[in-house]
Amino acid sequence: MSTTAVYPEPSTAPEAATAEPRPIEKVSIVVSKGSLEGIYPALIMANGARMEGIEANVFFTFFGMDAVVKAKQGKIKVATVGNPALGIPSLLGMIPGMSSFVTSQMQKKMETLDIPPIGEFIQMIADSGGKLFACKASVDMFDLHKSDFVEAVDSIITVGDFYAMAAGGEIIFT
Amino acid sequence: MPTLPMMDTVLDVDAEGFLQKPEQWNETIAAEIARENGVPELTERHWMVIRYMRGRYLDTGNAPSIRSLGKESGVEIKELYRLFPKGPAKLAAKIGGIPKPKGCI
Repeated sequence: MSTTAVYPEPSTAPEAATAEPRPIEKVSIVVSKGSLEGIYPALIMANGARMEGIEANVFFTFFGMDAVVKAKQGKIKVATVGNPALGIPSLLGMIPGMSSFVTSQMQKKMETLDIPPIGEFIQMIADSGGKLFACKASVDMFDLHKSDFVEAVDSIITVGDFYAMAAGGEIIFT
Repeated sequence: MPTLPMMDTVLDVDAEGFLQKPEQWNETIAAEIARENGVPELTERHWMVIRYMRGRYLDTGNAPSIRSLGKESGVEIKELYRLFPKGPAKLAAKIGGIPKPKGCI
């Protein structure tokens, strides 16, 4: 008696090859970094999703939570050390005030492009129907409470809740 | 350029149905585009947004960002999304007969 492996027949359905890619209907974005350049791309993508009628969830974890913590939200800065793409050597990036200076230059430029400051941007995403969440593990680690977060934050959820919510959509980690 | 027969005229549109010649537009066409895009009836609030959108484009050559739409059209962001659930900036531009907005914000 011999055993033969049975493989499924290769799909011959013609629609598999020619079908239009299905449009994205939901994105769930994880924000894990607390620098200006760590936070903005996620906010632009979340807002951009809503603008296209795509459902958007944003999950703030670790230092990414600074974007939605009242005491930190207004103090987000560009990393001027260990950020080679910026073109400023780390030794110069260490000079006191350098990070604030680069941040303010960048903020001025963003204002001219109609990119809102972080606080306004977060509220805008919430108003547009995007849902914002803080990560339970990080909240516990930093001893935070729901009251430490801006109003736009819906709730504090576990990673399991996040996956349940993200089901059926795309997950983007930034 | 693709064209779209509508009412008793033929419109120049892009692949997604945005008018390429704003002068071909009128309010009856707007109502028809709205119906086809899931907005069955245009209320005065819809018109506020559509007129602002179209006005800004005709004045500056660019459609406004969603941020300025929320600040300057007289309709705030929350309501914008209630009026145009599938994306206010894009949809108001389409209904207002102007090309698709190019910005990311």
